[in-house]
Amino acid sequence: MSELNKVPVAAELLAQGKSFDVLFWVGCAGSFDERAKSVTRSFVKILNHLNISYAVLGTEESCTGDPAKRAGNEFLFQMQAMSNIQVLNGYGVKRIVTTCPHCFNTLKNEYPSLGGNYELMHHSTFLQELIDKGQLKMKESGSFKGQKITYHDSCYLGRANGIYEAPRKVLEVLDADLVEMKRCKTKGLCCGAGGGQMFKEPEKGNKDINVERTEEALSTGATVIAAACPFCMTMLTDGVKNKEKESSIKVFDLAELIAKNEGL
Amino acid sequence: MHILPQLIFAVLLAVAAYFIFRSISKIRFNILLGKSYEPSSSIPERWANMTLTALGQRKMFKKPLPAVLHLFVYLGFLIVNVEMLEIALDGLLGTHRLFSAPLGSFYPFIINVFEFFAVTVIIACAVFLIRRNIIHVKRFSGKEMTKWPTLDANLILIMEIALMMAFLTMNASDKLLQGRHEHYIATGNFFFSSLLTPLLSSLSVGALVVLERSAWWLHIMGVMFFANYVFYNSKHLHIFFAFLNTYYARLIPQGEIDNMASVTKEVQLMLGLTPTNTTPTDPAAPMRFGAKDVQDLTWKNLMDAYSCTECGRCTEQCPANITGKLLSPRKIMMDTRDRLVEVGENIRQHGKDFQDNKSLFDYISEEEILACTTCNACVEACPVQISPVEIIVQMRRYKVMEESKAPGSWNAMFSNIENNFAPWKFSPSDRFNWSDKL
Repeated sequence: MSELNKVPVAAELLAQGKSFDVLFWVGCAGSFDERAKSVTRSFVKILNHLNISYAVLGTEESCTGDPAKRAGNEFLFQMQAMSNIQVLNGYGVKRIVTTCPHCFNTLKNEYPSLGGNYELMHHSTFLQELIDKGQLKMKESGSFKGQKITYHDSCYLGRANGIYEAPRKVLEVLDADLVEMKRCKTKGLCCGAGGGQMFKEPEKGNKDINVERTEEALSTGATVIAAACPFCMTMLTDGVKNKEKESSIKVFDLAELIAKNEGL
Repeated sequence: MHILPQLIFAVLLAVAAYFIFRSISKIRFNILLGKSYEPSSSIPERWANMTLTALGQRKMFKKPLPAVLHLFVYLGFLIVNVEMLEIALDGLLGTHRLFSAPLGSFYPFIINVFEFFAVTVIIACAVFLIRRNIIHVKRFSGKEMTKWPTLDANLILIMEIALMMAFLTMNASDKLLQGRHEHYIATGNFFFSSLLTPLLSSLSVGALVVLERSAWWLHIMGVMFFANYVFYNSKHLHIFFAFLNTYYARLIPQGEIDNMASVTKEVQLMLGLTPTNTTPTDPAAPMRFGAKDVQDLTWKNLMDAYSCTECGRCTEQCPANITGKLLSPRKIMMDTRDRLVEVGENIRQHGKDFQDNKSLFDYISEEEILACTTCNACVEACPVQISPVEIIVQMRRYKVMEESKAPGSWNAMFSNIENNFAPWKFSPSDRFNWSDKL
């Protein structure tokens, strides 16, 4: 196993008497969903490539409780939150980076009043800081140079937490042609997965939200839809399939785009 | 003889003030039926937010054309109402244009400013009427925009036009009477109302006096009626609540949903932790998780409902509504308000414990609250920072925690989280398997 493929686990580091700067919170989607697992691996490769001091919780990680809370099950949410806080505080975690905006929002905004105080970063902000520090540089002839890319704002990153620029700055590194959808940033249209919708069939309507959003992305003429959320990823990928456009447009996470661009 | 109009005026003013006071008391009573709420923001932050959002209309400018038109009506409302002070004093003291002499040449300048805004209000309201009734801008329609809300909107616009027309007619006939009737003192020129004088110049002095007095009375009585109308039960309350609602707005990240303190204590005990909140809960107070009715919401949620002017910016942005689902955030607010008015009336008539065997769920269906993605597009769109999402989440909490009534797939998700620590049915021991394929 090369250094690039090693994933440091908090419990093992502790046993070896080592510490870490930042905890990578993988999230349930990042741990179990096939497509999101690839995002997790891409992000880990970037972390390893740049020699970032980090750790994951491995099998000690557990759902943040976000979908339960938003579906109305506050008991289950707080049970999850408090158990997670015990684990996180047990490792003395100060900083957390996550590839899931839902985990990000819950850990950042809803854990503090339950005793979990951490400096939270979504991987878009994390990557943007690495770019600003010069650790991640633009490749002269990256694989996305000149390609039309449209970024889909995740609600829990954008409106929920005001993060609109970091993901776009990350995409600039690709030297691609960034095109905006009409509904973007504060007006970004939801992919349809939030608020527990990911885990149930949509209510009766005349269209699925992810199809509406995918149509908008397709109308930009982009060849890549950039996502920053595992649920948006699922919804948009399904939307592209629904429109039978798999051959002309791909959905990638920011971490995947950067990893591919860096040849990782 | 001269004292009679003064008396009538004073009585009308007192009656109008009394009814406004009564309406405000009812609204206040209704809002205070809600649960406690304390914004986490500091007082300077609240003032800053109110100044920017209500006074400065920050969010209106997401739509430039309506924003500019609305700004004219808003400024017109604030500025032309200064003239009400003179009118009220004239009415009470039996004087005529009381401020004219002391202000000298500044007086016609002020009146000209008022007239300018009166004209812009007329133009803007006319455009608004066209947008609603001829162009049929989509956000003004919808299932919840039934007969009354639609009529309410049109009535407000028509009343505003009528009030401004009365003001201009009053000035025009006054100007024509100056020098022809001793009562009408010289005031200098009024530019905008002078455009109306050709229409009136053929009238006799007697007819002009009748016209001027009618316009004066129509204007002042119109304003009193309008104020009563607004506070009685109109969507137009936003002119007042926009300020209060932004002052008390939640200035925290939109994505944050409050943690229920009542649950925290129980969960801490279940996990064998020492409860952090040691204030004893009142055993006499009936505990309910989430919201079944309006009293289970916070007073801020209820104030939100009164602040809504039914503009539809929320519904227009709602992904569920756009894709044909039953949910409309505007309807959530309108239903909350309608139910609150009903509950408030019941309590005032039959006492605190009166039950009408109805609840907020008789207004808002389960299908509606289940369609929300909590994306906050509605919250972001609202010019006065109303949150329909908070009400939706509170109603979901009631359904899930009190009635155990969630869609089957949500129940499956809950049990997966409980047993497997993930919303899907995977073994927790497989959680780290993603690293195998690196």
